Amino acid sequence: MRENSTTTKAQELREDFPILRTIVRGKPLIYLDSAATSQRPSQVLAAYCLFCQSHNANVHRGIHSLGEQATDRYEKARSKVAEFIGAPSNQTVAFTRGTTESINLVAYAYARKFLKAGDAIVLTPMEHHANLVPWQLVARDVGAELRFWPMTPDGTLDMTAADDMLQSPVKMVAITHVSNVLGTINPVREITARAHAIGAKVLIDGAQAVPHMTVNITEIGCDFYAFSGHKMCGPTGIGVLWGREELLEDMDPFMTGGEMIREVWLDHATWNDIPYKFEPGTPPIAEAVSLGAAVDYLTNAGMDWVEQHDREMVAHAMAALSAEEGVQIFGPRNGRGPIVSFNMEGIHPHDLATLLDQEGIAVRAGHHCAQPLMRWLDVPATARISFYIYNLPEEIDRLIDGMRKVKEVLTYAR
Amino acid sequence: MPANIYGEILLDHYRYPRNFGTLPNPTIRVEGNNPLCGDEFSVDLNFEGDLLKEVRFNGRGCAISMASASMMTEIAEGKTVAELKEWIDRFKNFLRDGGISPEGVSMGELEALAGVAELPVRVKCALLAWTILENALQELAKK
Repeated sequence: MRENSTTTKAQELREDFPILRTIVRGKPLIYLDSAATSQRPSQVLAAYCLFCQSHNANVHRGIHSLGEQATDRYEKARSKVAEFIGAPSNQTVAFTRGTTESINLVAYAYARKFLKAGDAIVLTPMEHHANLVPWQLVARDVGAELRFWPMTPDGTLDMTAADDMLQSPVKMVAITHVSNVLGTINPVREITARAHAIGAKVLIDGAQAVPHMTVNITEIGCDFYAFSGHKMCGPTGIGVLWGREELLEDMDPFMTGGEMIREVWLDHATWNDIPYKFEPGTPPIAEAVSLGAAVDYLTNAGMDWVEQHDREMVAHAMAALSAEEGVQIFGPRNGRGPIVSFNMEGIHPHDLATLLDQEGIAVRAGHHCAQPLMRWLDVPATARISFYIYNLPEEIDRLIDGMRKVKEVLTYAR
Repeated sequence: MPANIYGEILLDHYRYPRNFGTLPNPTIRVEGNNPLCGDEFSVDLNFEGDLLKEVRFNGRGCAISMASASMMTEIAEGKTVAELKEWIDRFKNFLRDGGISPEGVSMGELEALAGVAELPVRVKCALLAWTILENALQELAKK
């Protein structure tokens, strides 16, 4: 492997993440679970504190100065997010609690209103439960049918099936941008173009994409795009739904209450403008402001650099894991996001994760909220490592050392 | 490595599970799983009256769930229904109380699972076979 060109900068960025100095069970923490949630840099934590200490008030309500400051910062965060994903306008960016809520919002407020009996919804077998179960309920409630895009053995979508999949009566396509298990990067732009050709709407689950690559929703051309703050250096409890303006306008609210309302009588009400129509109650204000800071942080790091670093980390991990006897890697060999799922022969991934934790190494084990995909892979569960801007190649080397120790502990020739 | 969790006794039961397999005509067979882990076991029980004469477990699981199931079968064989219930409670309490045996009671080889009590997410692994046994007793009581 050639000398890692992105490592020096990763080493520098690590200084911004106090949690990476943690000692776990006597060993320095190696955090390989950023696909579950990323760590947060001091800059984001400082933004959260600063807002709470100096600008905290409710938004879009107060006449007082603090209320204006809070609203100003909340809306600035929206602008930053809009710019970050190439949204055509701020009003097409709605803050939610996370990807899950964003997808449910579309399932309830768009699909239940506009889909009808006999329509079909296209999904893939690699969806996270959050982009599967909401559609199961839509299908049940409106009498629509779910169809699943076939996959090739290496865990990519079989694009030769595109004509079969995208035909009448398909009205909705909901797919993940990057698989949270396989790391597969789906050709969302091509799928969107072909779905639009038959008049279907497209939602993309970008939870694993926005943190790791330049995402331009205008270039993708989709109708809805959902992602979370906490996987991109931001806090939990804040996420984004981007939606096409005319669709957001046509949708009814998902939740009702304060803020999302314009005029209220005892027996009826009218809705606020988008995106406020979809932001009922007091939103997660400090979290939104911090997400804005996370966007700044990633922009300063440079998304091109982030992508390059991901690629180098994945290449190193794939090479190192492939060289180990008895390690089965799932998903495509090339062109994948910074997520690698694998199993060690004869070792349950939960035992692997527990034993690696004794070495200070945090990996995920389980079904990763993708039970249908586990059945497709024909495994009960997998181990998963995932990387972010602060991971270093030597951490993978320590993982491999740890895996060898686990093998010694748990297996021997009978 | 953590000898306290994956110790010799636990690993021995994991590698050489006791009473592994099925019974031809069990009084009752109960299945159970842990969707989070993908672990799946069936437990076959043969009773003569109130007495558990034979027990087998089958399936796949992690080292902790396999070892705990194996130990469970060794303890369960030859016990009455009342004694089985006592052991189920005793083991649950043992894990709940941080893996410390109640005074004056020996947990026997189950002590090898004491370290699991420190791992909240793995407690359910250790309990899987025992929960299946408990469900089996409840079903039998309904018959």
